[in-house]
Amino acid sequence: MSDSISNSPSDPKADERNPSNLRAEVDGLIARGAFDLARRRLAELWRRDPASGTASFVTSRLDELGDKLALTKFKLAILRSFTVEPIVPLLRAEAFAYGIDLEVHVGDFNTYVQDMLDSQSTLYRFAPNAVVLAVRADQAAPELWRDFADLAPDLAQQAAERVVRGYEQWIGAFRKHSQAALIIHSLERPSAPSLGVLDDQSESGQSGVIRQINRELRRIAEGFHGVHSLDYDALVARYGSEHWHDERKWLMARLPIAANHLLHMAREWMRFIVPLSGRTAKVLVVDLDNTLWGGVIGEDGMAGIKVGSEYPGAAYQALQRALLDLSRKGILLAVCSKNNLDDAMEALEKHPGMLVRPKHFAAMRINWTDKAQNLREIAQELNVGIDSLAFLDDNPFEREQVRAAFPEVTVIDLGRNPLEYASAVRNCAAFERLTLSSEDQQRTEMYAAQKQRAGAEQNFQSKEDFFRFLEQEAELEPVSDLTLARIAQLTQKTNQFNLTTRRYTEPQIAELAKEPEWHIFSIRVRDRFGDHGLVGVAIAHDEGEQCEVDTFLLSCRVIGRTVETALLAHLAESAAQRGRKRLVGWFLPTKKNAPARDFYPQHGFERQEANGTGSLWTLDLDRSTLRCPDWIKLKVTTEA
Amino acid sequence: MAASTFEQVRNIASDIFGIPLEKITAESSPETIENWDSMQHLNLVLAIEEKFGVQLDPEDIEQMKNIGAVAALVEKLQSAPR
Repeated sequence: MSDSISNSPSDPKADERNPSNLRAEVDGLIARGAFDLARRRLAELWRRDPASGTASFVTSRLDELGDKLALTKFKLAILRSFTVEPIVPLLRAEAFAYGIDLEVHVGDFNTYVQDMLDSQSTLYRFAPNAVVLAVRADQAAPELWRDFADLAPDLAQQAAERVVRGYEQWIGAFRKHSQAALIIHSLERPSAPSLGVLDDQSESGQSGVIRQINRELRRIAEGFHGVHSLDYDALVARYGSEHWHDERKWLMARLPIAANHLLHMAREWMRFIVPLSGRTAKVLVVDLDNTLWGGVIGEDGMAGIKVGSEYPGAAYQALQRALLDLSRKGILLAVCSKNNLDDAMEALEKHPGMLVRPKHFAAMRINWTDKAQNLREIAQELNVGIDSLAFLDDNPFEREQVRAAFPEVTVIDLGRNPLEYASAVRNCAAFERLTLSSEDQQRTEMYAAQKQRAGAEQNFQSKEDFFRFLEQEAELEPVSDLTLARIAQLTQKTNQFNLTTRRYTEPQIAELAKEPEWHIFSIRVRDRFGDHGLVGVAIAHDEGEQCEVDTFLLSCRVIGRTVETALLAHLAESAAQRGRKRLVGWFLPTKKNAPARDFYPQHGFERQEANGTGSLWTLDLDRSTLRCPDWIKLKVTTEA
Repeated sequence: MAASTFEQVRNIASDIFGIPLEKITAESSPETIENWDSMQHLNLVLAIEEKFGVQLDPEDIEQMKNIGAVAALVEKLQSAPR
């Protein structure tokens, strides 16, 4: 979160864009050739309103964009005994959200048997990557569906066996003609068996026989490579059979699924399509505050954060259980949090309500650097591509920043209710897997062992490499007419990395600048990513043997890149040159300046005193080894 | 401020038929819009049901002769839910 005027890549006005403006904006961007931005806006449009109309708009623009976006291509064929055409745009829009350009071929109505048996059928000529066999019981097992109660038990059993043999035959033929994945809808249990409650009292009732067929289908699927079961019953149950079914549409248009649930059918298909297309997330990077626990550890402390078995902490425990389930599938977990390391680690290690512990995480970045950079480092450390990352953060600004920096990262959308966080993770198709190896199951332990061997040095080395990689150039100068306004503005707006939070107006700065005992500096930073402008201010005044730091602040955009060290080192050196013996400064804690809390001790200052308002720190200038880091090219303009 | 029912229906039609919003009027019908076939008619029905939370009977659907009629139908269903 930025607390000074910035031209950061995230767009703070995201909330204000409404759907019709977004549509116009998308068309404008396409016309201008700004394809990547058009893609982001299309994704946003779909996220905000995943409905049929939006799906038509999104898929038509996707078709326009064609190969200009580097989406993963995937061909899906749907063989069916009911109308599925209205689901296709919803499915293609969902696929787009996962980075997939989905081409869909819908087989003719009820020709699924011929389609699978005939090696020359349009199905095989389409050469799909995956096939969905969406057949309902009324077609797959008609004699068991309508008048079951009239069937003698042995006849019912024979009918069931005929159904199963049929499937076995079609699947066998399919596998001979194609290596594509096959996803088979299980048969739906009857919602109103003729005999009412009597039906389910034995396994040879209608429900029992359908269950038996489904068990057999699953067994057949296991015997083939790449044949998978889709539990249609479980899907319907989630929403309630009465709501899921639309008898009117079934009679009118052979569409058995109600309008509101077409999207849910599409999403269920996506749970197979995403792992089959390889667009899976291998690592989930999670935030800590208000994501893994309720509250902010730096402000609320161990006693104040909420995580446990009772409300409201229970929501966060549920999320942590979902995370543990991910790691059982071989998905790595990582932490990316803006916090002081010891605060965060204490909660992770010691809070009794936590279910996840440091050992569950393959990587951690707990610092004040921006999250996009941390994600890049995590990907590098874990040796995965950035497109293998998923990101979970309660803060919509952080999510938007990451989306802007890395459109290929799967950013999980969270609502405002923590009770829904666990489902948001469980419903993300990027975490679905269709196979599980022993390596998958042990992956987290392997990483934990590796981490222990490597130790802390590994992180430190990569940090220095990162600083060198940044190629930072800094200009440090005393206040001038040109910088006066910006300096005053920063004192008024900066909250996070601000040691004393003293606010100054322009006239006040101008007054101080005239005082010979007062020294006001600004620091301007440029790095390989661009010019950040004037990002830091230090105000110090001499009093006898000491120089006191009245104000020391840095824009949060450059926190954690040692620019603050360069500025502090200059204060120390210039104070020493003026013959001072000590550099002293207060740290006055506020709700927002936790990032600056350890600044003085980290630079070798000693605590001289502490009281209700804060702590006073002191550096002996004769013995100070404080220097500007050698990876920053510093240009200093001395005071007149 | 929420758009009127008619405006919302026009927007849905624009999306479903892939036609610029300006070209959709109350008189727009299967006769004036080229790709308004039976499948698209079904898509329109589903989008309306999804958006307005209403359920359309076969008789209602038959009465959807043009966009104006669709909007009027929605308003009627919203004021007297079944």
